[in-house]
Amino acid sequence: MVGFNELRKAAKKLPIPSGAPYRVAILGDSATQYFATAIEGYAKLSKLPLQVLDTDYNAIDTELIDEHSATRLWKPDAILLWLSTPKLYQAYEETAADARAEFATQTMNRIETLWMLIEKCGVKTIIQPNFPESFDAMWGNYSSKVNASFVYQMRALQYLLSKAMSTRNNVYPIDLQSIAMRFGEKDFFDAALYYNAKMAIALNALPTVAKAVVDVIAALKGTVKKCIVLDLDNTLWGGVIGDDGLAGIELGEFGRGMAFSAFQRWLLQMKERGIILTVCSKNNENTAKEPFEKHEDMVLRLDDISLFVANWEDKASNIKMIRETLSIGMDSMVFLDDNPFERNLVRQMIPEICVPELPEDPALYVSFLVNENLFETATYAKENTNRTKQYQAEMERIRTMTTFTSIDEYLESLEMKGTAKPFEPIRFARIAELSQRSNQFNLRTIRYSEADIEAMANDSQYITLYFMLKDRFGDHGLVSVVILKKMSEASNTVFVDTWFMSCRVLKRGMEEFIMNSVVNAAKEKGYGKIIGEYIPTPKNEMVRAIYSKMGFQTINDNQYMLETKTFVPFHHFISEVES
Amino acid sequence: MTPEKILARLSEIACEVFDEDDLVFTMETTAQDVEDWDSLTHLSFVNEIENVYGIKMTMGEIQGAKNVGDFVETILKHIG
Repeated sequence: MVGFNELRKAAKKLPIPSGAPYRVAILGDSATQYFATAIEGYAKLSKLPLQVLDTDYNAIDTELIDEHSATRLWKPDAILLWLSTPKLYQAYEETAADARAEFATQTMNRIETLWMLIEKCGVKTIIQPNFPESFDAMWGNYSSKVNASFVYQMRALQYLLSKAMSTRNNVYPIDLQSIAMRFGEKDFFDAALYYNAKMAIALNALPTVAKAVVDVIAALKGTVKKCIVLDLDNTLWGGVIGDDGLAGIELGEFGRGMAFSAFQRWLLQMKERGIILTVCSKNNENTAKEPFEKHEDMVLRLDDISLFVANWEDKASNIKMIRETLSIGMDSMVFLDDNPFERNLVRQMIPEICVPELPEDPALYVSFLVNENLFETATYAKENTNRTKQYQAEMERIRTMTTFTSIDEYLESLEMKGTAKPFEPIRFARIAELSQRSNQFNLRTIRYSEADIEAMANDSQYITLYFMLKDRFGDHGLVSVVILKKMSEASNTVFVDTWFMSCRVLKRGMEEFIMNSVVNAAKEKGYGKIIGEYIPTPKNEMVRAIYSKMGFQTINDNQYMLETKTFVPFHHFISEVES
Repeated sequence: MTPEKILARLSEIACEVFDEDDLVFTMETTAQDVEDWDSLTHLSFVNEIENVYGIKMTMGEIQGAKNVGDFVETILKHIG
């Protein structure tokens, strides 16, 4: 981790990285200058275009209520609302002794009022640090069962905050409590610094806090990891399966096996939360698969692995093949291998991929990866958990495809069923998630939060559509989203504000199915023209010509137009169903 | 550790913190003599000193350090 002084220099000297800047105002009840500086510096070093507004000391209410305040005039994309533990403690002490059992509830009410004020200012996103605990030993150990104690109330508050955040789609946590826990209170909180300067976090802890904030904002802006590529020997188990055999590898109670089992359980949780697990091993395929099939202490099974690649090719080539099959960006992949040689090779051949320097001792694999915090996210949708099945089905499709002589024959054999529907509440989370994750097939790459999605669904200026696809091998789930916006009040033209699609369903006629539905929906609402736009990014080259392919006329460089009345629906092999 | 050695090391740290190339401290140098030395960067300077010498200055020492000589004295006291 870089030091605070380096962040201070970066904040001062480096320009804001290129790209549309995300603007965050910091509102705190303690002195936030260095907190803001650290975030700004860390963002610059991470090449994240971020502008930070630091506001006055302890002026949260005025910043939100006064319409001429620095915050309100600046119109931030997000507000970071930081209530510090020492200030909470002060408020707790100022609470009448017989009212202290209600402190957490009262504080939570205050926080929700502040959230409401933030929303009223038109700021869409709230970044909310939680509360590092502090122990005042007022009743000794007994404190933790005294409901009027600060410890008891802080723990209650932590829970109330999590609960309140879980029901809101515009609040994103910064888990300061877990950062403070990893530092230990004496290194996280510098009492002299607090009493001298009202700064509630030690300068040496600020870089780690800044990383957390930058990680969260990067995830909000769509930078997330989606896939782990795993080595096997000495990564998932101890020893070498080809030499040591099934009985000789370390797993479970045997040798260092417990550490490997714990690592596997952590990976399994990752898979359950939607991260794709793949294997890339230098081995014979049968040998490599044997532990997954036969070893009783293996936690991961073949079912959990979306793609299993074991051969004697170099790993960089295999990883490229995995990336192509999954149709995801190289920068969303993490490669875990105990062997420094393999790590360096992959790093050199594929600079975009993330290759953590796994520690030598497997006992430290999990805690090391926890500290790296590679798997930040800004959404939580349950559909994710089916992804492994989806990728396994994809392998089946690829296998089947080779048995057909024509692509049409293959597509017909898939028995595809498509659905097109306006946005519905149960889909808001998933739609927002895809809007944040889709990079390649994404015409304008605008990221939307769940709250944005909900607002558009309820606005008659918009036509919203989401698309599902399934076939005889499995269900792809929600694969594409289109948002059309009326150009102006009197106009009969609609503008394609957003069109993104999962790359897993390319070349199946889905684009054609979508375009037919889009034109239909526009016609139904009486629109005569559809305008489409392509905004180039480093990742969406693949859709540069999509509107031309879809029969649009070119207006200028990246803008296209289609007359709905002359549109001839495309032929495809997807039958439309209700759900 | 001699006061002179500490003084030289403090000059190096100060160049980093106060963003100057060739700052040379004497025992009498004060915040007024250094452009970027204000109440905020003072804290950053203290933090770097604490990290370099593995010490923790007291609140009084931080507030009471009026010139570089005071810092040298404090460091000598802590590292014994």
